[in-house]
Amino acid sequence: MIEFSNYDIIRNLLIATQWTVLLSLAAFVGGISVALCLTAARLTKNPVLTGLIKFYVEVFQGTPLLMQMFLCFFGLSLVGLNISAWNAAVLSLTLFTSAFLVEIWRGCIDTLPKGQWEASRCLGLSFLQTLRYVVLPQAFKVALAPSIGFSVQVVKGTALASVIGFVELTKAGTMLNNATFEPFKVFAFVALIYFALCYPLSLTSKILEKKFNVSR
Amino acid sequence: MLDFAALLPYSHVFIHGLITTVEISLLATVLGLVLGATFAVARQYGATWLSRIVNVYVELIRNTPFIVQLFFIFFGLPSIGLKLSAWEAGIIAMVVNLAAYSTEIIRAGLASTPKGQWEAGKVLGLSFKQTLFRVVIIPAIEKIYPALTSQCIIVMLGSAVLSQISVQDLTYAANFVQSRNFRSFESYLVTALLYLFLAILMRKAFNLIGKRLFSYRAER
Repeated sequence: MIEFSNYDIIRNLLIATQWTVLLSLAAFVGGISVALCLTAARLTKNPVLTGLIKFYVEVFQGTPLLMQMFLCFFGLSLVGLNISAWNAAVLSLTLFTSAFLVEIWRGCIDTLPKGQWEASRCLGLSFLQTLRYVVLPQAFKVALAPSIGFSVQVVKGTALASVIGFVELTKAGTMLNNATFEPFKVFAFVALIYFALCYPLSLTSKILEKKFNVSR
Repeated sequence: MLDFAALLPYSHVFIHGLITTVEISLLATVLGLVLGATFAVARQYGATWLSRIVNVYVELIRNTPFIVQLFFIFFGLPSIGLKLSAWEAGIIAMVVNLAAYSTEIIRAGLASTPKGQWEAGKVLGLSFKQTLFRVVIIPAIEKIYPALTSQCIIVMLGSAVLSQISVQDLTYAANFVQSRNFRSFESYLVTALLYLFLAILMRKAFNLIGKRLFSYRAER
């Protein structure tokens, strides 16, 4: 039997951490892109579009992320697409992230006083100009802290990809546990690595929140 | 292609899973909120060392995934002599998780209490305990009630992960059924809809409780 030293455990966990980071980045970038499109669609104030987006948010916030992953993983293979665990994880995390971000950003845009839109119209700015020069710069400031705060949820969400068989930090932890029979140590290390990834994000979000609250 | 009729013979499995999920979520919500409120008071009004310990606990839980906490409790704790059944480990993990989040939320509510309320309580001869329970706590919870509701729903949805340590909840039922009839998509779709139904129901229940809890506003 191969002996695992502490060094081996940590080294293997860190190798798997790269996949956690990569998956988080892919999901967050994908989520931002989809959420941007949805936010733009929502700003058109088309009742059908806003209704659909509301439904989308409700569905993704009202069902477990694990279910969404299962559905992506098994559902897409049903229509004949041979989807890997990585693709299923990225897809489901992207949809999950976008649903939450679109809701966060909705709050940020809606806090802007209505007078800003009206003033821009009086000044002869078009819809896109108002968005580009008036609304977005202000909304961006307000949205930054909660968006970074939500990225912590994305990193933690990637842990569920282990359930559909994608080898990232949590999966590596269970595999190492099976090899070493030292669950206490292995999962403590896993938790610490997640903490090291997430805590800086939480802290940044908190600091930004304070900074922008003071300026207002 | 989709065949939902294949699920019908297994309806009792889904119902059993649904009941387990409801039971576990209910218990975890009540215990988690009570614990969270206690910690929030300790964090806000307790001694510096106590406040610091609570803060470390909150940050540790909030910055690690629920599934890792669950594995640590279920697989890790027995190795130091604390043996737990899957059900117990699941409940403990959910309570620990919800308590950490609700501590932070309720603390924000407590912190926003105007100073004058405490001063008025003191002037009227109320003790710290009396001021806290009769003056401060209900309006403080009212302020953060929507956030608290969302967090409880998130924890309920998170209970899907308990199936990974063989707690026989709704997700476990879905896994079981699809391993029998190979109708994975239908099985998971129905389960997802059941969770959605539970989430909507939970929001409604919280709104009803909130109406009762904060009825002092209407009485005036």
